[in-house]
This record gives sequence, C-alpha cells and structure tokens, in this order.
Amino acid sequence: MSNNTFLGMPSLPVYGHGNLNATEPFPKAAHRELGNAQLRANLGHATHTIRDKRLKVVAELPDWEDMRDSGSAIKNATMANLPALLEQFEANFTARGGTIHWARDAQEANEIVTGLIRETGETEVVKVKSMATQEIGLNEYLEEQGIAAYETDLAELIVQLDHDKPSHILVPAIHKNRSQVREIFLREMPVVDPNLTDEPARLAEAARAHLRKKFLSAKVAVSGANFGLADTGTLTVVESEGNGRMCLTLPETLITVMGIEKLLPTWEDLEVFMQLLPRSSTGERMNPYTSLWTGVTPGDGPQNVHLVMLDNGRTAALADEFGRTALNCIRCSACMNVCPVYERTGGHAYGSTYPGPIGAILSPLMTGIKSEENNSLPYASSLCGACFDACPVKINIPEILVHLRGEDVDSKRSKLKVPSQMDLMMKGAEWAFSSGSHLNLLEKGLPLGKLAAGRSKVIKRLPGIAAGWTQSRDIPAPPNQSFRQWWAKEHHPVAAVVPGSTTTEGEQA
Amino acid sequence: MKIALFATCIVDAMYPRTAQATVKLLERLGHEVVFPSGQACCGQMHVNSGYFKEAHAVVANHVEAFDTDDYDVAVAPSGSCVASVKHQHELVARRCGDAALEARAAVVGAKTYELSQLLTDVLGITNAAEQLGSHFPHKVTYHPSCHGMRLLRLQDRQLNLLASVGGIEMVELPEADQCCGFGGTFSMKNADVSSAMMEDKAANICGTGADLCSGGDASCLLHIGGGLSRQGSKVGTLHFAEILASTLEEPAAVNGEVMLAGGKR
Repeated sequence: MSNNTFLGMPSLPVYGHGNLNATEPFPKAAHRELGNAQLRANLGHATHTIRDKRLKVVAELPDWEDMRDSGSAIKNATMANLPALLEQFEANFTARGGTIHWARDAQEANEIVTGLIRETGETEVVKVKSMATQEIGLNEYLEEQGIAAYETDLAELIVQLDHDKPSHILVPAIHKNRSQVREIFLREMPVVDPNLTDEPARLAEAARAHLRKKFLSAKVAVSGANFGLADTGTLTVVESEGNGRMCLTLPETLITVMGIEKLLPTWEDLEVFMQLLPRSSTGERMNPYTSLWTGVTPGDGPQNVHLVMLDNGRTAALADEFGRTALNCIRCSACMNVCPVYERTGGHAYGSTYPGPIGAILSPLMTGIKSEENNSLPYASSLCGACFDACPVKINIPEILVHLRGEDVDSKRSKLKVPSQMDLMMKGAEWAFSSGSHLNLLEKGLPLGKLAAGRSKVIKRLPGIAAGWTQSRDIPAPPNQSFRQWWAKEHHPVAAVVPGSTTTEGEQA
Repeated sequence: MKIALFATCIVDAMYPRTAQATVKLLERLGHEVVFPSGQACCGQMHVNSGYFKEAHAVVANHVEAFDTDDYDVAVAPSGSCVASVKHQHELVARRCGDAALEARAAVVGAKTYELSQLLTDVLGITNAAEQLGSHFPHKVTYHPSCHGMRLLRLQDRQLNLLASVGGIEMVELPEADQCCGFGGTFSMKNADVSSAMMEDKAANICGTGADLCSGGDASCLLHIGGGLSRQGSKVGTLHFAEILASTLEEPAAVNGEVMLAGGKR
C-alpha cells in the first residue's frame, strides 16, 4: 500500500458478495435441471401462462412503446445523476423522521439490520418479499444471530417452509405445483388441518391462518423497496397479496433494505413505472397493493423507520459503460418469462438470486466476471432477443451478454495457459474469415467432408467441443464445390423475365 | 440495379444452392449481380462468442470487400448475418478503438439488405408467382428466425413471399416465434439446453404435417434439419430463396430425402 492511500480505503471496484454467484458452471447445472421432468412441466405451464397474460394487457395500450421509451429515459437519467439523487433522497427521508444507513456490501448490510433489530430487543421479524434481502442472504444471517425471520408472501413462505431457494424473482415457487405445496404445508406448518386439499383456495386459507398470528404479534418488519422517490424521500412497495401492507403498517419498527439504483428522480416519474411494472410482471392492468411511506407519520404506522442503502456491486456495474443499463431493471421478471433457456432450466440453474436473462448479466456485472462460476452465465443464452423485446425499460440484454462474453474471453488472455479448443477454433476462423482467398482455399477441401459423410450423406459424430452439436444433430454432407467456386467457373447470368429489362454480364470473381 | 451478393460463409461453403437461387431471382428481375470476391464472413460467430479482438480482422475484411461504389445495394440471404453487418460491425470497431472502420462499417451497413427486405421494400415484389414465376407444389411450414424477426423487424415479409408462390400449401407453425436453439456456439457450449429447444421446435414442425420447413437463415435451417435428420424424420428444411427460385420449368429438387446437403444434385 502506498503512503498516500488511506488505511481502510476499499480497493476499487467494490464488487458485490452474497447470493450473487453461480456455484457451478451453468451447462452443468442446466443439465441436472433439464432432467427434472416435473420441473420442466411446471415451468413450461407457468411461464406460458404469464407470457400470454402479459402480451394481452400490453397490446391494450396504444402507447406501450412510448412508455417503454419513457421508462428507459427516466432510468438512464437517474443513473447519470445518481450521486446527487442519493443525497437528495437522504435529505428528504431524514427530514421526515427516517434514518438512513449506507452499506457497502452484503456483510455490512446484514450487520446493520441485525444491530437495528437487537436495539428493539426482539428475536422475531416479519418480512415483505424482497430481492435485496435475498441477495445479501439476510434470513440465513439473522438465523445465525438467533433472530427468526418469517416470510409473509405466499410463495416465499412456501419456499422458506420447504428450506428451498426461490427460482424466480416474482413467482419464487414457480417450480412447485399445488400438490407439492400441500405436502410442504402438511409437513412444515406447526398447526395445520390434516385434511388439507390441494385446492388453491384451501392452500391460501392455510397460509393465511399461519401468517395472521405473525402479523399481529410482530414488533419489527423488514422489507425491500421497489422505488425510492428522490424529490420527496418516499419509499414504495408494490405487491399483490396485502401481506406487505400488514408488515409495513402494523409493527413499531420498519427496516427497509434498498439497492441504490432503485431511485426515481421525482414523484411524477412513478406514474410511468406504475403502468410498466404490473403489466410486465403479473400481466395485471393495475397493481393490487401499492404502499408508499415518507419517513415517520406521528401516531400512525411504524414510529422507528430505517433504510439501509445497499451498494453490493452496483457502483461497479455503473462503472461499466457497456453494461450499466442493467441497473435500470425494475425486477418485473418479464425477461425470464419469455426466455426459452429459463423456461427449460428454471431459476436454480443460474445459482444467483437473479436468474434468467437479467440475472445472467446483472450477477457478473455486480460481482465481476471472475467471481466463482459467474463467467458461465453470459453464455446461457441463444441471443434470440425475446428478453429485450419484453423488457419494460428496454435493457438491451443480448448486447450486454455479448459484452460480458468479451470480458470473460479477455480476462483469460493475459494468462499463460494452453489455449482452449474454443480459442483455437476462433483463431483458425479468424484466419479463414478475414480473407476471401483464405476461405476459398479452405473450401477446396469440401469434397473431403463429403467423403467423411459417406453413403449416408450425413456426419453423425464430431470430436471435441463439436461433439455437443452431434449429440442431437446431424451435419449434412458438404457440397462438391463452394458457391464462390461455382461463381468463378459456371455462373452465366440468366435472361430477365421482366419485360423490357436487360441483363448485363456479372463480374466474374 | 447493380446488386452485390453477400453469400455469407455458411451458404458459400454448405448451401451454395441458396446463393445460386438468390442470383437467379435477381437476374430474373433484370438486375446485374456482382460477387465481391474478397468477402468471407460477417464475424458474428466471433462477436457472439466474445472474441472481439479476432472479430476485428473479419469485420475489417467484410468492410473492405463491400465499401465500394461499384454497386447500388448489397443483399444476403440471411437475417442474422445482415443484422450483424447492420448492428454489430460498428460496435466491434468501436470496442477495438478503430474509428475509421466504424465510419466505413456504418456506410456498408446502411446499404445492406436481407433478401426479403430487398425483394419487398426495394424491388416491389408482392406476388412471387406472377412477378418471379415461382412455383412449388408442396406443403410447407415456416420458421421465422430470431434475428430477422427481432433485430431487422422483417415481420411477415418472408412468409408473404412464400404464400404467394404458385402451387404452395402453407401451414402455420405453432409457437413459430420461439428460438430453435441454435445460437451459434451456444449449440456447443450449452448443448443440452440447445437440444431441448431444438426438440420442441422439431416436434412443432412435424405436428404440422408439412413436407418441409422453410426459413430465411441457413444456420437455423442447418440446426433444425440436423435435428430432424437425427430423429429419422422425413421432413426437410429449405431456404425460402430456393422456393422462390423454383419454377414450373425448373423445379427445386425435393426428392423425399432429408434436404440437408447443399451442392448440385
């Protein structure tokens, strides 16, 4: 450390930690998940249902594309001016009686939340569904500290009772069907009707009875936030079940954990997002329960109000000029619902709290490309582009995926190592494809491929990485000659069939 | 009009008949076709695999071959390769800090068209049977490839051209807008997911009862056709240019075998 560096100054960039990593390479995890027929059936059904609902309600609005442009522009403006907006938000939130805490990473955030709960003397908290607290692993951390955190969102409750992990950011239990939910309730709920059926209404009733006691007794609630409005210092939670409203209003202490990128500059901006978000996420025209609070309202609701502002790699993502728009994400999950890869592998294959197309860019952007197996995530896409079309804030996910693949390739260049098969293939292709005469030379070998294909006229087995192709697909026997060879030797322009038009001799290559 | 053909590497090497059909169509309309001999590949495989440094030479070669005043417009029988020329080349040049190449790539991109775009928007073809003499008496379904659909917004251009071919019977492909799972090196790096996507696409194609599946990208057709072939299906794949080029006098070869191989039959 040089003399002019302050002791304790973090090294830059500060990457995110916590549940942001793929712990095994995506292809390996995907292979396992693909083998789960029940999962694929559940997922296929669920994603297609939400997908169709979304398409229907989006088509109702003539100005949907304009709205996407507005959402994108507002978020871009927010990111361009984030430091000033954060200060403005802090000033307004604090002036109204709230307290702000700044957390550099997951560990700091967990420690702050634990300290705040300890100050109340409580050992139980109720929780509103929150991606930020999943990201930092808050529930597990609290458990280690002797504090029990109860999820109150129905799907989060199912996942928590089953000691499982969410597999979707909006529908955390999308990988479970109702008979599986019934089994979990019967097994894990302390008090439950042994004759419980798998009717959705009965299951919801059982969850309601289980949760009601928690709502009425809890003194502390922990939430996330969908939006923070800088010009008023207001926080927003958007939910469908009313459990959030209970948590946000009944307890004495409310602790919110929010990523620093969740800000919007003004209260007015919220109108755009309250149209974009429900239609993109649940396929609803209007969100059922929208709660907004600004600091403390004396005599009404929580009187001890805290906000933990979480970085955890967001500044690092913001510093990436090709990747920073990933921070515009409003966690609607439209991208995963339309993704053909997510549809088949489910969320667990991505390892991180953030699965699907957005997770494949957000996780490595926040942790750095070299963290655990996160460099395998940007390749988890055929680049079909369905996610970009569905994104309400127009994040060009395919372009960022490709950018991050470049980061991965470049991160390995400097190392002294044996080149991978992919490296060699790309080097060879660089030579072949950077000159017409190189390619022509190579194409003179086409008849050899024909020979290899033999009488069946197809190639059924290739070595090395190409074996991935031939595991399920044949390669046709190549032609006798390439197009360019045919053009040079045999091309004679045909006569025009259009009356009055003439044909001239084409250039012979 | 003087039209420069960008054959694309996969058509040049594996499906020459698709490029020959493209030439035939344009000459039939009275246009002069030229083939810039320096051309090789759009570089998409390198870019999409993260090899930007290697892509630079490939993009530079393409721009060098096509940045001339020797033709009016360029055309390729591929939505994906045209999307790369139009959307990726400038990005590659920018990332590699080559401002001169970026400017030239923009010029080339602006005058490059996908085949159905050129036929529909520039050459005014609305009825293939009448204007091109197209005749193809077979039952055909159609897969719209992702990059043509989402990056070029081709909409129904290819489908409308096919539907106007004489004698053709078009059948709708369920879940047509779903990716076939090719994705370049994705098909090797994530072979399991890619195969799962291909299998669903193949099942949808076979369910239509069509003789073959058409489309506008040889790479996707290679992928789908390769899967169908492995499954022992009799359903083949054929580029829409070859269907448009097929006439009563000179019908495209459909001999019942899986239409995978290019070359002369």
